[in-house]
Amino acid sequence: MLRLLQIEFIKLWTNRASKFLIISYFVLLTLISLIAAIKFDIGPIKFHLAELGIFNFPYIWHFNTFVAAIFKLFLAVVIVSMMANEYSNKTLKQNLIDGLSKKEFIYSKFLTVVSFAFISTVFIFVVSLILGLIYSDFNEPSIIFSDLEYLIAFFIKLVGFFSFCLFLGILVKRSAFALGFLIFWQIVEGITFGLLKWKAADGVAEAVFRFMPLNSMANLIKEPGSRLSAVKSVANQIGEEFNKDYSVHWYEIMIVLGWTALFIYMSYSLLKKRDL
Amino acid sequence: METILTIENLTKKFGYLTAVKDLSFTIEKGNVYGILGPNGSGKSTTLGIVLNVVNRTAGNFSWFDGQISTHEALKKVGAIIERPNFYPYMTAEKNLQLVCKIKGVSSDKVNEKLELVGLIDRKDSKFRTFSLGMKQRLAIASALLNDPEILILDEPTNGLDPQGIHQIRELIKKIAAAGTTILLASHLLDEVEKVCSHVVILRKGVKLYSGRVDEMIASHGFFELKCEDNEKLVSQLESNPIFRKISSDNGLITAFLNEPLDAKEFNKMMFDQGIVLSHLVKRKESLEEQFLTLTENQSN
Repeated sequence: MLRLLQIEFIKLWTNRASKFLIISYFVLLTLISLIAAIKFDIGPIKFHLAELGIFNFPYIWHFNTFVAAIFKLFLAVVIVSMMANEYSNKTLKQNLIDGLSKKEFIYSKFLTVVSFAFISTVFIFVVSLILGLIYSDFNEPSIIFSDLEYLIAFFIKLVGFFSFCLFLGILVKRSAFALGFLIFWQIVEGITFGLLKWKAADGVAEAVFRFMPLNSMANLIKEPGSRLSAVKSVANQIGEEFNKDYSVHWYEIMIVLGWTALFIYMSYSLLKKRDL
Repeated sequence: METILTIENLTKKFGYLTAVKDLSFTIEKGNVYGILGPNGSGKSTTLGIVLNVVNRTAGNFSWFDGQISTHEALKKVGAIIERPNFYPYMTAEKNLQLVCKIKGVSSDKVNEKLELVGLIDRKDSKFRTFSLGMKQRLAIASALLNDPEILILDEPTNGLDPQGIHQIRELIKKIAAAGTTILLASHLLDEVEKVCSHVVILRKGVKLYSGRVDEMIASHGFFELKCEDNEKLVSQLESNPIFRKISSDNGLITAFLNEPLDAKEFNKMMFDQGIVLSHLVKRKESLEEQFLTLTENQSN
């Protein structure tokens, strides 16, 4: 396993474009903390984002994992191109001739995906912990370490999304087209939802939508904005009430894990079937 | 003798096209094999199958008597297929270190092999800056990293300039002299003739011959002859059952033998019959002539 990871590390780290994207990704993750610096002080209007409670434990776990997940596109580009480049440079063929089995090849890519997701999760945990310790109103360990399921959801979400990218890279073999396909797929999911909502019976659209790959990943961590107490109080004033379920459900995790398994299996069987 | 590779009834179909048809042969340790055939005769497909990159339609192959799985076996093989494939953004040295990782050997031979192919002073250059000849030599270095039991080369001189071709051939001879088994696929006959002891000949995916180069055709050679009265000579030769075929081209008469006969005896025989030869050469068919005879015979 270590050998496979080393192989992938050499491949990624010597590539200037991948290196740049990976570094930018982690820099951007760190920059989440800069949100804390957003501060307006114009005469009577005082606005300090950090004091709105977005860095309160345990809400911060929800907020930061949601925001951090937006940057996953950077790694998506890295993953799609690391796969597609193996085809365009024909190095996949050379790797197999040199004695890597097709199983090992997919396994090494999957390990990379899991490592990316894992490092991101640890990273976001540390950043959030530090931010929270600085700005949070509550600092009891029992509160700090509650709601950690958002981190698990974040990890699963990244693994699922990157596995999808991996599969697209193998399927399409060209990085630009694979990324195009990703956007195209997002639109397909949206249109399907729209059509079902319009034509099918009540509730069918939501039920089907929940199982679609990209939406099931998005569903893992729901938008945290309306959960903020400040937002809530504003909503209450204008007579609106949110009754939304923000928690992470085990069946949502299962759906994403199912897709992950399917994507990896399909990548493997595609590779096995193809002549190079 | 130790068997390195056994191929049994291997068949590969691409849709309606049969690229390799019912092919069988074995590779023994210590010999230099050539796979000969025109373009599109199934050479690369056959190599692709045994190298785990092309799926077979039917048949079997086994490495090292089938004791280990294909990808484990490939770690003991060095192979170059058609175009050298490396990561363009890595240096020569880094690329070779990566190959070492894949093959699971230590990377202390990287410099030695770069030295062997004459690329040691370019080891820190990126692969994409290399010329085709240099890329091909880097590929050979990479194939030798594990000191392989067998070196497989597919058209190693394709697209190179004369100097590059010469360098690669010298390298192959050097490797063969060190006792490494080599399997060389080529459509260039002189290339195979110069280095190979055994040959497998393919045409349209069908094996025409496999065995030693010098036993390819049961042939006793031929004479190239000239004299003042060519017509008399031809009629003399045609009446003689020793010769199976007589052809004349630009005043040069070629007579193919049915049974052994040496030049001295033949000369004496002609002289006794009143024919004085001005030109007499006894030759064996070159691989090219043998190859053409073989492919012609099959198409009839």
